[in-house]
Amino acid sequence: MHSTISEKILARASGRERVAPGDIVDARVDVALSHESARLAIKAFREIGVKKVWDRKRLVLLFDHRVPAECEETAVAHGMIREFVKEQKIPNFYDLNEGVCHQVLPEKGHARPGELIVGTDSHTTTHGAFGAFATGIGATEMAAVWATGKIWLKVPETILIRTEGKLGKWVAAKDLALFLVGKLGAEGAEYRAVEYRGRAIASMSMGSRMTLCNMAMEMGAKAAMVEPDAKTSAFLKGRTSGKLSPVNADRNAKYEFDITIDIGKLEPMVASPHSVDNVSPVKEVEGTEVQQAVIGSCTNGRLEDLEAAARILRGKKVPRGVRLIVVPASRETLLDSMRTGIGGRSARGRCESILEILVGAGALVPNPGCGPCLGAHQGVLAPGENCISTTNRNFKGRMGSDGARIFLASPATVAASALRGVITDPRKVMK
Amino acid sequence: MNDGAARQHGQQGKTTKQRSIVLNGRALVMGDDINTDLIIAGKYCKSAEIRELARHVFESMGPNRSQKLRKGDILVAGRNFGCGSSREQAPLAIKAAGLKAVVASSFARIFFRNAINIGLPVMALPGPRKRIIAGERITVDLGKGELAVARTNEVVKGRPMPPFLLDILSDGGLVAHLRKKLRSEKKRR
Repeated sequence: MHSTISEKILARASGRERVAPGDIVDARVDVALSHESARLAIKAFREIGVKKVWDRKRLVLLFDHRVPAECEETAVAHGMIREFVKEQKIPNFYDLNEGVCHQVLPEKGHARPGELIVGTDSHTTTHGAFGAFATGIGATEMAAVWATGKIWLKVPETILIRTEGKLGKWVAAKDLALFLVGKLGAEGAEYRAVEYRGRAIASMSMGSRMTLCNMAMEMGAKAAMVEPDAKTSAFLKGRTSGKLSPVNADRNAKYEFDITIDIGKLEPMVASPHSVDNVSPVKEVEGTEVQQAVIGSCTNGRLEDLEAAARILRGKKVPRGVRLIVVPASRETLLDSMRTGIGGRSARGRCESILEILVGAGALVPNPGCGPCLGAHQGVLAPGENCISTTNRNFKGRMGSDGARIFLASPATVAASALRGVITDPRKVMK
Repeated sequence: MNDGAARQHGQQGKTTKQRSIVLNGRALVMGDDINTDLIIAGKYCKSAEIRELARHVFESMGPNRSQKLRKGDILVAGRNFGCGSSREQAPLAIKAAGLKAVVASSFARIFFRNAINIGLPVMALPGPRKRIIAGERITVDLGKGELAVARTNEVVKGRPMPPFLLDILSDGGLVAHLRKKLRSEKKRR
C-alpha cells in the first residue's frame, strides 16, 4: 500500500481496495452540508422526482450567509428550506442560530476523520482539518446526492506541503495560508488534494488547521487535509458519537510533488486587490489607508482569532473614520469570547473578556454568520473605500462596490491596521 | 494535448453509443481568472431568477469590456475560469445570457461540474485565446474535444469529454439525466 489520505478515503467510500489518481469513482457520501444554497437544491430535488432524501441523518442544514434575513426574498427562502426540513424530518438542522456552517459542522460533531463530506459551499475544504475528504459542490449536484447518496469523483493527485521551523510571534496560520496561495497561485492546486505535514502543523490548534484547509480552496484545491491526531480526538470528544475511522497517509504514499516551507522566516502577509494570489509581506503595502476592518468568517472568526485581535486592541480605541467589524464564527465562539479573558487587568483593574476588550475598543459585533464576506449585508463597501479583512476573497465587487478594494490578512494584522487606520504590521504595534 | 486519451476515446466510440455535441458561434473573448464574483456578484444570488441573472452577468467587469456579449456567442477564456464560489448562479447566468458554451485553457473544478450539471457545455483546451480573434466564427466539438477556427482552418485539440459527462450534457443537465436514469431503473425492476 502506498496511498495518500484522499486515496484511502475515496477507496473506502467507493468500496474499492485501492484507488489511484485519475480513477473516476462512484462514492458514498457520509455528510451532505447545505446553507441557503439548499433553496436551489430543493428545486432540483423536486424536479428529479424522488420523494425522500436517501438518509435524513446524513444531511446537515443551516443558514449563515444572510442571517437574520436581510430582505424579504431571503426570508422566503429561509421559510421554504424550513418547510423542507420538516417534511423530510431532518434532525441536523441548526436554522440561523449557530453561525458559519464550516464552524458549526465540527462543533456539532459532523466533521469526522476518514469520512467523505460534500457541501454546497466552496470552503467545505475546511473540514479536512479533521482528516476528512471534504469538497464543495453545486446545488444541483447536492440534489442528486440527496436523491442517491452518491457522487462521482475523480481521484485527485495529492500535493504534500511540509513545514519546517516555528511560526514567529504575531505570524499566524493565515499568513502561511496566504504565503502558499501567493507561491502556488490561484490555480496552483486545481483539481488536487493538499496534505499539510510537519511539526508546526502538529502543534497548531484545530482552529489554525481549519484556516489552512479553508484557504487551500483559494489555490483551487479539491480537498485539503491534516492527519488526524490527539488534538483532533480531543476536539471531537463529547461532540460526536459512534466509532471514528481516521486514516493516515502511508509512509511511501505517492505525491504529485512536495514542497517544504521554512515557516520560521515567514512574515505577516497580505493579499492585495483584486486576486487572492496577489500576495506580499505586509510591509510592502504598509501605510495604505483603510476605512473598514473585518475580523470573522469561516477563515478567521474563531476564538483564537478574536483573542489575537483582543491582545492588540486591549486598552486602546479604534480611531474615528475606521469601522472595525468583528463577526464571531459561531454562537459557541461568541459565548466563549464573553467568558474568556487574555490574562492581566484593564486600566480600571478589571479582568476583561475578549468580547469586552473588542467592544471597548470600538468594534461593532454583529451576530455570528458569514457577515460582510460575501457583500450581502453587515458592512457593504462604498466606491473608493479600502477594507482589510480576515476573510478569504478579495475579488472585485466581492464585499459591495466594484470600486472598493479588499486586502486579506491575519486577525492580528487587521486589528493593528484598524488601530492605526492604515495597513500595519502587527509586530510594529506590539513591540 | 493528450493523444493517448483521444485514441482511447476513439476506441470507446466504436463500442459505446456515440454522443456528440457540436456547436458554432461567434467568439466572445475574455482573460484569465474570471471569478464567480465577476460572472455574477453575490448580491444578485439571492435567487436564481433567470432574467435577473442575465441582466447582471459580468457586470463587475465594467463598461469598458472590449466586446459586447451577444446571444449565441461562445465564450473563450484563459486559465482558471470560474474560480471562487460554488454558486451555481455563475453558470446559470452565462446560460441565461444566451451563451452557447465556454471554452477555456482551464476551469475551476466546481464551476466545471456546475456547468455540466445545469447543461452548459464547457471544454478545456490549451491556449484557445492565442488562436482566436475576438468576434470570429468558431466551432467546438465536445465529443472529440476539438475547436475549429473557420478563418485559419486550424483545429485545436483538447481532451475529449468522457462519455458519461457527454450523456449528462445531452440530456440537458443532471436533473433530467437522473430522472431518465431513475425511470429506466424502475422499469427494469
